[in-house]
Amino acid sequence: MGDHHHGPAQGISRWLFTTNHKDIGTMYLWFSFAMFLLGGFFAMVIRAELFQPGMQLVEPGFFNQMTTLHGLVMVFGAIMPSFVGLANWLIPMMIGAPDMALPRMNNWSFWILPPAFLMLASTLFMEGGAPAFGWTFYAPLSTTYAAPSVTFFIFAIHVLGVSSIMGSINIIATVMNMRAPGMTYMKMPLFVWTWLITAFLLVAVMPVLAGAVTMMLMDIHFGTSFFSAAGGGDPVLFQHIFWFFGHPEVYIIILPAFGVVSQIIPAFSRKPLFGYASMVYATASIAFLSFVVWAHHMYTVGMPIAGELFFMYATMLIAVPTGVKVFNWISTMWRGALSFETPMLFCIGFLILFTLGGFTGLMLSIAPADFQYHDTYFVVAHFHYVMVAGAVFSMTAAIYYWLPKWCGRMYNETMGKTHFWISFIGFNITFFPQHFVGLAGMPRRIPDYALQFADFNMMSSIGAFIYGASQLLFLYNVVATIVAGKSVSDEKVWDGAEGLEWTVPTPAPYHTFEEPPLVPKPVGTI
Amino acid sequence: MRKRVAGLILAFLSPMSVAQNQVNMSPGVTEIGADIFELHMLIMWICVVIGIAVFAVMFYSIYAHRKSKGHQAAQFHESTKVEVAWTVVPFLILIAMAVPATSTLLEVYDNDEAELDILITGYQWKWKYEYLDESGEPVAFFSNLATPQEEIYNTDQKGDNYLLEVDEPLVLPTNTKVRFLVTANDVIHSWWVPEIAVKRDAIPGFINEAWTRVPEEGIYRGQCTELCGAYHGFMPVEVHAVSRPEFDAWMAAKRGDLTGMTNG
Amino acid sequence: MSSFRLSRIPAIDTALKLVTISAVMFAFVFVVMVPLYNVLCDALGINGKTSSQVYTAVPAAVDESREVTVQFVVINNDGMPWSFAPTTRVMRVHPGAANGVVFTASNPTDQSMVAQAIPSISPSRAAAYFHKTECFCFEQQALAARDGAEMPLQFIVDQGLPRDIRTITLSYTLFDVTDTVTDGLAAR
Repeated sequence: MGDHHHGPAQGISRWLFTTNHKDIGTMYLWFSFAMFLLGGFFAMVIRAELFQPGMQLVEPGFFNQMTTLHGLVMVFGAIMPSFVGLANWLIPMMIGAPDMALPRMNNWSFWILPPAFLMLASTLFMEGGAPAFGWTFYAPLSTTYAAPSVTFFIFAIHVLGVSSIMGSINIIATVMNMRAPGMTYMKMPLFVWTWLITAFLLVAVMPVLAGAVTMMLMDIHFGTSFFSAAGGGDPVLFQHIFWFFGHPEVYIIILPAFGVVSQIIPAFSRKPLFGYASMVYATASIAFLSFVVWAHHMYTVGMPIAGELFFMYATMLIAVPTGVKVFNWISTMWRGALSFETPMLFCIGFLILFTLGGFTGLMLSIAPADFQYHDTYFVVAHFHYVMVAGAVFSMTAAIYYWLPKWCGRMYNETMGKTHFWISFIGFNITFFPQHFVGLAGMPRRIPDYALQFADFNMMSSIGAFIYGASQLLFLYNVVATIVAGKSVSDEKVWDGAEGLEWTVPTPAPYHTFEEPPLVPKPVGTI
Repeated sequence: MRKRVAGLILAFLSPMSVAQNQVNMSPGVTEIGADIFELHMLIMWICVVIGIAVFAVMFYSIYAHRKSKGHQAAQFHESTKVEVAWTVVPFLILIAMAVPATSTLLEVYDNDEAELDILITGYQWKWKYEYLDESGEPVAFFSNLATPQEEIYNTDQKGDNYLLEVDEPLVLPTNTKVRFLVTANDVIHSWWVPEIAVKRDAIPGFINEAWTRVPEEGIYRGQCTELCGAYHGFMPVEVHAVSRPEFDAWMAAKRGDLTGMTNG
Repeated sequence: MSSFRLSRIPAIDTALKLVTISAVMFAFVFVVMVPLYNVLCDALGINGKTSSQVYTAVPAAVDESREVTVQFVVINNDGMPWSFAPTTRVMRVHPGAANGVVFTASNPTDQSMVAQAIPSISPSRAAAYFHKTECFCFEQQALAARDGAEMPLQFIVDQGLPRDIRTITLSYTLFDVTDTVTDGLAAR
């Protein structure tokens, strides 16, 4: 993408040494898509094994490596970098800045990612196999009882943590210092707002994850006992530290998705976002609450009842700001002039499925009921509704929405809509039955299951293959668009789109806003 | 496989064949299980009602406010009144949910005196049960998966209780308050029997507590629910609830053949 | 952020402040979360952890009005071959009274080994009311090959124990720490 007559160096050095936010954004997006396919491949192995009861394709130990790597690659390799890529492309263009505030660091924060994941993936070929303790890597399964490859896993986590922190610092520094004159905080597009808050969350909690894996490393190699009762430590401490990172992490994944949806729904409703200010406050409240709810992942660990009650009430509270957001989006659509191009379809899909995931989240927050839900497929269904139908659907919507701006070519609408419908149906065939088997008592992370779960698991696997295949259609559509899509040259590709990024030429030139733009009108009224 | 697909269709047609394709939580047999089930259903129905209301508005808008029908976009974009309303109303609904949730939780945490104490220890990959309130050497035994490898590797027909059967089940007397002390030998496990609504993490070095009172005789099955290594999926729980006299007879027989079973 | 500047270039200033925040958060895990967790464990009895300090008995009246059942449970952790058992499995004690029980351990292997016993109390609410005036769990236990030992525990159940708690279970999990001890010696 970009145009080759102005700016970029030629050949591989363009990509290796680039400090251009658009180039770096592009690399993040392609890298995360590659990781999405890799994580998806692991998921296909899982679903193929679970197609029928009995062990058919892989051994139980390898199955655990697949679930672990699927989770790690999807969370840290696919979803998070994809939104960083989006931020790189869009934040400077949305706030009228020529580039990110720290372009050299931007280059580093991307280029340390591929080696980290290469290292993580290489553990598959090591003695004892890849990490097999789940993406939550609870001690002592991940310390005393782990394969030797755990050291490489720890190092990979450190590197990608550093990458995330550098990326976040850059985003915050950009938003705080590079806004065009007149672009006050409360005029910023919501995507910038959600990313600003997300970046603060990342700066606060990625070091906590780094601390947790450092303790693991010390326990494994230097004889400390942070997580081993034998030396006065406690394996439950690991869970507290992990989820102190892990719960904000969940919002790190979903908040930028909220931002995307808040840009796209107004565009295709041809109506300003309803309740801009309340959206900002709701996002901030969700971020704040995310620090005081972590132990709701640990209701069965044997906490004192006061702890259970505190975390239950705090978790239930999250429903309030989340509800506000959903109501605001629907009010934005209300009495608009709606049209249903692919990005809008994905946003509506997001709205429906994310809300379902929110409902199951509310059910899971109820501590006594969670004693029955905990660590079953009900939980698996819940978090795939929020992570896949939430984060991935909104990311897909974002690609369809901004791709024409980036490369000056329009994607194939029919193929886009087909992609949506196959994704939507495939996703629901995959994950809706998982609510049923979970409630009926099927634990998660098992390679084989009792016969009464067989039918729904087969259904789930069929859905997963459909959903997986639909992503290849997406890849084809994107590549075909970049190579040979129909040219578009309108600055505003979508008639309802608002914001500074739609005031630059299409395709977006290599350098934009070298002179700060005039901020036209409050974005609150986009 | 074709048979299974046909079975699936059949299952949707006849809601009575629940055992095969159960779609909801089981109310179980215990009082707490029933309370949790009711709580679960209550919250679920509240969510369903809210969901229908919210989606009805959305779909009406999708239907009626289409550009293709020539609908002109209004330009309103804020209203403090509605924002306050949809902050306060959900909050009140949450309070209504928190009340029964709190009382059920208090029940789970009840620690009235139990008549029987059982130490449950998770191992990679089996459970050990130890009956504590007996004088002398306690009755203790391991409970291993009984499903043969041939069934798991598909060379033999799978039995009805595939992966949910053990060589020696945990035997409990009915109508007796039983306290479980749960711990682990190596990594973290979690002991779960859905029908009696007990799930507790087993943590190496520390003990956790749970309790039950099973009113009905029967066989209740469950599984380990915390990833504990390669064979996490192969360490089921099987509980036989029997009448008090039957239990006493079983215990006497067990004590009779206490042989060479020591810790570990 | 405040008017305090780490650099004259605004973006660098912001970045340096954020680096500081993340460094502080990294340190926070070690210097706040871990000690805080231990303090909370002691205060709330999380995981039934008991104090690792010798309790210096405050003489107080024995509460003869009630009896508390104290149950002793032992668990051998993974790969721990010792036989380990209390001489008494159940005791009935009055709050405030001093009590003693002896555990026996023997090492059936041909190597000398070192063990560490980790106590845990259930219900965890009782942990704060269970005082050990002497316990083998305060230090590691070394046993030569085929050797055995008697290990004493002296305790007092506090008079303040909530009245609804009538049974206290004390478990000891015995861990093999021979390797860590020898590594420690080698390092010296």
